[in-house]
Amino acid sequence: MSQTDRVDAPARRARTEKGNPGMGRLTHLQRLEAESIQIFREAVAESERPVMLYSVGKDSSVLLHLAMKAFYPSRPPFPLLHVDTTWKFRAMYEFRDKIVADLGVDLLVHQNPECVERGINPFDHGSATHTDMWKTEGLKQALDKHGFDLAFGGARRDEEKSRAKERVFSIRSAQHRWDPKAQRPELWRLYNASKAPGQSVRVFPLSNWTELDVWQYIYREQIPIVPLYFAAQRPVVERDGALIMVDDDRMPLAPGEVPEQRSVRFRTLGCYPLTGAVESNAATLPEIIQEMLLTTSSERQGRVIDHDSSGSMEKKKQEGYF
Amino acid sequence: MAHATNDLVAADIEGYLRAHENKSMLRFITCGSVDDGKSTLIGRLLYDSKLVFSDHLAALENDSKKVGTQGDGLDFALLVDGLAAEREQGITIDVAYRFFSTERRKFIVADTPGHEQYTRNMVTGASTADLAVILIDARRGVLTQTRRHSYLVSLLGIRNVVLAVNKLDLVDYSQDVFDAIEADYREFAAQIGLTDIVAIPMSALRGDNITELSPNIPWYTGPTLVGHLETVEIADDLHAGPFRLPVQWVNRPNLDFRGFSGQIVGGSVRPGDRVRVLPSGQESTVERIVTADGDLDEAIAGQSITLTLTDEIDVSRGDIIATAGDPPGIADQFECHLVWMSEEPMLPGRPYLLKIGSRTASVTIAQPKYKVNVNTLERTAARTLELNEIGVANINLDRQIPFDPYTANRDTGGFILVDRFTRATVAAGLLHFALRRADNVHWQAVEVDKTARARQKGQRPALLWFTGLSGAGKSTIANLVEKRLHDQGFHTYLLDGDNVRHGLNKDLGFTDADRVENIRRVAEVAKLMVDAGTIVLASFISPFRAERQMARELLGAGEFIEIFVDTPLSVAESRDRKGLYAKARRGDLVNFTGIDSPYEAPENAEIVLDASGSVSAETAAETVVDYLRGTGILTPPEAS
Repeated sequence: MSQTDRVDAPARRARTEKGNPGMGRLTHLQRLEAESIQIFREAVAESERPVMLYSVGKDSSVLLHLAMKAFYPSRPPFPLLHVDTTWKFRAMYEFRDKIVADLGVDLLVHQNPECVERGINPFDHGSATHTDMWKTEGLKQALDKHGFDLAFGGARRDEEKSRAKERVFSIRSAQHRWDPKAQRPELWRLYNASKAPGQSVRVFPLSNWTELDVWQYIYREQIPIVPLYFAAQRPVVERDGALIMVDDDRMPLAPGEVPEQRSVRFRTLGCYPLTGAVESNAATLPEIIQEMLLTTSSERQGRVIDHDSSGSMEKKKQEGYF
Repeated sequence: MAHATNDLVAADIEGYLRAHENKSMLRFITCGSVDDGKSTLIGRLLYDSKLVFSDHLAALENDSKKVGTQGDGLDFALLVDGLAAEREQGITIDVAYRFFSTERRKFIVADTPGHEQYTRNMVTGASTADLAVILIDARRGVLTQTRRHSYLVSLLGIRNVVLAVNKLDLVDYSQDVFDAIEADYREFAAQIGLTDIVAIPMSALRGDNITELSPNIPWYTGPTLVGHLETVEIADDLHAGPFRLPVQWVNRPNLDFRGFSGQIVGGSVRPGDRVRVLPSGQESTVERIVTADGDLDEAIAGQSITLTLTDEIDVSRGDIIATAGDPPGIADQFECHLVWMSEEPMLPGRPYLLKIGSRTASVTIAQPKYKVNVNTLERTAARTLELNEIGVANINLDRQIPFDPYTANRDTGGFILVDRFTRATVAAGLLHFALRRADNVHWQAVEVDKTARARQKGQRPALLWFTGLSGAGKSTIANLVEKRLHDQGFHTYLLDGDNVRHGLNKDLGFTDADRVENIRRVAEVAKLMVDAGTIVLASFISPFRAERQMARELLGAGEFIEIFVDTPLSVAESRDRKGLYAKARRGDLVNFTGIDSPYEAPENAEIVLDASGSVSAETAAETVVDYLRGTGILTPPEAS
């Protein structure tokens, strides 16, 4: 059994128990799910060419699961877009292709052609240039190329302080910039998705979810996630205090540097040379949640990109980083 | 409590997960002035519920030393003050949403600033809140801001209020101070209909009565703040109310399935229930409640579902499916509260888009009946509403919509207004009731109609709308066009500033609001003349797209012909026959289009005339007449 198919939640409960809250109010996960579905439907009804950004991570898995529910029995009326850097973990590509085949959804993959040509990579060009060119520029290229006027993303308000004020429907200029002063007030369940010429909309159905909500929902709904989230013996080297997995032979090793097998897992997934692993023995969903509740470093800490200054995510957002 | 959580997590994670799957959720808003300690309170809630991670904590310690206001202590406010610009100013300037949870509940906190100019943000935060925490600085008691926040809480329909009397440590934990503030507040709150109030003495900075009862306040026997938040029962009218489902999306995966997807915003529904679709009024019966987790026997307010009906009736996005026995009303004219949220003031008569539920309609607003001073609750006369002003006005929609009064249902009675050109959300509104006027003013049925009148004149009626800068040559060209048409035997009339401003509109000036009203009256007069079968020429600067669009929408298809007399400002200014540009440049004339008031050029004018000087006015007039001939305006209509 592959880890993708891992079944470590209790046997799926009877439909009536799970789907029908019976008398009384809804649980927090039911309310969050219903809100996300409402957002999906509203966005699709008010746009001409929607797309869902799919990064293969756990939040994308939840987002895709909610999209499948929102339009059931129809399929989601939009394609998935993976803005690829060619430097993701191999396990992420395998997982992506399997999910797309299993669910029968359309997937578009975009790789910034300039990066392909120049061979942009984090070792020779640095993490900032690598991320900016593959991801930020790549995303803009893909949106412009296909003429998408609305893009779903999996960002959450609890991830970072500057995101606490992000709208569910976030307006971007023709240059894909985020202007904190031009964001629209959002009242009740009413979202203003209309655009002036050239503007586009980013929509975040998971805005009100926390990391714990996401894990509990994955557990409750048995949503498949990339096996890298579960602890296993993996070859890693230690660099600047981070454990980097040697995922393929493109990774240059320093003289005398020898990968060692350690039991590690990843709390967040990105380009493998830029994603730090944590030492862990958590091999099931409950163990992951347990570990998360008992440790005290936040999720984004594993991302090398956030470390420079506390205002950095905000700057990236203004420049169009998702 | 935190230790107990950790023990359970460590010992029995699956038991913990089962328990937490059944937590409920509470959304609340915190309201307070800049110095009431609101950010400190929220930072404290996050900190005490162990949601501050070690890396954030390190940043907090670092920031506290650098920019904190608490000496060597932790400045919890820094945990929640987000954007860099705000941090420099030391105040929060927008709505931020924070999350924490306890053993019993998940909480979503809308954190809104207390400044007077940010009514917009507080109304936004309050619109989704079940409960409001109103902070008071114990040293200062009930302030103007406290009244303002309470009024907004009451207006938005929040009934549960926590009065958090903060900074009690700074008044020696005095019971007398606390009791006096509580009594003072209750007296005021009762006047605005807030009665469900729990007052709690606390110090957010010291942690008194936040999660644990404080030994410093032994005389207080009520709940802690968190204790109250995790047990308070929210009056749940929505579940008890009549069934309402705004249809968001028609779900048609194949020819055999036709479902209506939406989120239930009132009551509950079961297969077999009789329902009515609004505004059409058609009735049917619920066949299935479809979800990806299987069909349901019952669905309740808050759930997102897909319904199928037993009959094939017409249902589209924007319709409401409601219980047949207690459906919402239908109307196109309402009295409502408006909260203005845009830098651009409200313009009575200008068409805006109104979004309510999943429906969008075009709407115009009458001059407000009054505006409310949110500090004193006094009503004063108003011609318009500016940013952060609240008023009551009548609105007029272009079609009938289903609705409930806001006090009965937030989702079928609350709406937003969207500017048709900038696409910004400019206002929030709360419907009070429908106006009966619409039903009582019936159109006089006439036998001699527009077509008959036009046929008699051997032409089709039309409105030729000349727009452009002052000095562009609009009136010159319009006069030439009218002369040619008249010479050929057509029936025309020219409306321009000279014959309108001196009579019908002599009460209007040149502010934006007056310009809008000027054009509205001209458009209505022109409409009557078109109805009389006339070819009307209107020559007005008419700088705003929205008003020209309004004039267009008053008329029938093909009747409105927008003619853009296109002149660069420099050319128009160099002509300056009336000396107006010179006056405007000197500052003797204000609100002058092109100088200190904008001109919004047409994007899709039927005719664009180059009036830069390279084409003569005679040639331009001929272009217009050729267009009229080409589109059949100069040919009489067939008998209907």
